[in-house]
Amino acid sequence: MKQVPQKDAPLKLNESGTWIREDVSYEVNEPDAFALEEALRQREKHKGEVVVITSGPARAQQVLREALAKGADRAIHLEDNAFVGLDAFNTAKAFAAAIKDEQFDLIFTGLQSDDYGYAQTGVILAELLGWPHATIIMQIEKNDGGISVKRELEAGYFQYVDMPLPAVLTIQSGINKLRYATLIGIKQAKNKPVRKVTLADVQSAICDNLQKVERLYVPQKTKKTERIEGPPGEIAKKLVDKLRNELRVL
Amino acid sequence: MPDTILVVVEQREGKLNRVSWETIAAAQAIAAATGWNLEAAVVGVNAKGIAAEIAAKKLAKAYAVESPMLEPYTPDAFSAALKQLITAKQPKLVVMPHTYQVRDFVPKLATAMGRAVISDCIGFKHENGKLFFTRQMFQGKLAADVSFSSEAPWFATFQNGAFRGDQAEAGSSAAPVETFAAEIADGVVRNKPQEVFKEAKQAVDLTQAEIIVSVGRGIKEQKNIEIAKQLADALGGDLAASRPICDSGWLPMDRQIGSSGQTVAPKLYLALGISGAIQHIVGMKGSRTIIAVNKDSEAPIFEIADYAVVGNLFDIVPPLIDEVKKAKAAG
Repeated sequence: MKQVPQKDAPLKLNESGTWIREDVSYEVNEPDAFALEEALRQREKHKGEVVVITSGPARAQQVLREALAKGADRAIHLEDNAFVGLDAFNTAKAFAAAIKDEQFDLIFTGLQSDDYGYAQTGVILAELLGWPHATIIMQIEKNDGGISVKRELEAGYFQYVDMPLPAVLTIQSGINKLRYATLIGIKQAKNKPVRKVTLADVQSAICDNLQKVERLYVPQKTKKTERIEGPPGEIAKKLVDKLRNELRVL
Repeated sequence: MPDTILVVVEQREGKLNRVSWETIAAAQAIAAATGWNLEAAVVGVNAKGIAAEIAAKKLAKAYAVESPMLEPYTPDAFSAALKQLITAKQPKLVVMPHTYQVRDFVPKLATAMGRAVISDCIGFKHENGKLFFTRQMFQGKLAADVSFSSEAPWFATFQNGAFRGDQAEAGSSAAPVETFAAEIADGVVRNKPQEVFKEAKQAVDLTQAEIIVSVGRGIKEQKNIEIAKQLADALGGDLAASRPICDSGWLPMDRQIGSSGQTVAPKLYLALGISGAIQHIVGMKGSRTIIAVNKDSEAPIFEIADYAVVGNLFDIVPPLIDEVKKAKAAG
């Protein structure tokens, strides 16, 4: 799971214009909340354990606390400011290094993040682990050989895919209805284990970033907007004139 | 020898996905700016037909990457096949459309080669011999110029609507087509995909729609969707919606435009009562022309609209339906 700036938070650029300033409110990356919810539901059906992992500075622990309060059993925190600046390739490498002694059957990620929006980390992690993966998942069922998942394709199409375990799945937002943390859950979360992983612990697994954000900026408005005014009947006539004579769609 | 750009187009069931023309246009623009060669590839069981189709465009060569293991699509087979082609042909840059299918395999392919993907780009810049890829960050609130800091091959994917497919330049003569037989060993492909199916009977492919009438929260009640539908019918277009409308169940999920729905680039996008949250805008800002109707003159949708109508959609849509019908009847 990832901590990202709140959806409506005003973003300010840092001095070098390469990233945003840290003094902004953060929240759980929304697609990751669906991934956690799906993991909790699978555990309720099939038993087992839900472990939540994130990378980021101390503030990112809030994401883990919320996940533990919702019912995750334990957490892993790759804690360092430097993790914020890693590209998807290195983030996945750091995760792979941090979980090398774990025995997971399934890894869920959100569809993409609300900050970078690369939609890559889950798939990269699968390749690094040598596991199969499937993306944009709407449903997960256990079967004899492993699992059957429902993938969302474009244009209203879907597809069921049978795959062996262990596997990585990226979860489509809206697959389930998110639960709220209960008071008792919040209380219990305080006693659940959080394993800290330092940058030094995974340093040997990561390399220089393979891609670099050189400049970050506010996109320029490129469109000239023409106001259509008047009483409704007149607006309708003007619009049809545009549709017919300028856009030529009528 | 100049470097080469390899554009990998997408086919679905033996038909070229229209977004591929945009990707070819993008790759041609990069080739023109850098002076690099341009080659194209299509991956599938019987890719030759589509390779011949794209060979009509201005490219040096088109590869048909074939293996019986490539149907149905799996990320394992596509990744393995393209890795072989890229290893053999050594392109500097590999360009693809940012489709669900490409999203499914390209991070795996790049990782298998120890390389990175700059995904979902909306443009590029070539400054002092260096390539930058422009992409949206923070759901479109900011933009970034991103460069590769690794060795080639580089991988980039372009967002639907980032380039215009009709600007893909034709070649003076057809480019040669070369068949590349990919060798995919038993056991490489681990997933077993079943038949592709449609859930909703009338599901439309909004990515291919030329006219879209889209409704947002301003439509107020489910029964009011009807007037938007009447307008869409009069225009011969498709009906779509922003996320809250689909979440409420007023329209099916496959009508949703935006970051969690479809990304569209029609000739005309008519936004009714849509405020223009960034999650929606990322899905439709590539539209050729945007007409927005909204009560709130400060609504962010007007930032990207070509024509802005500040007013109550319930006043404006009924006479608009009449005028469209009249215009159609007049021929």
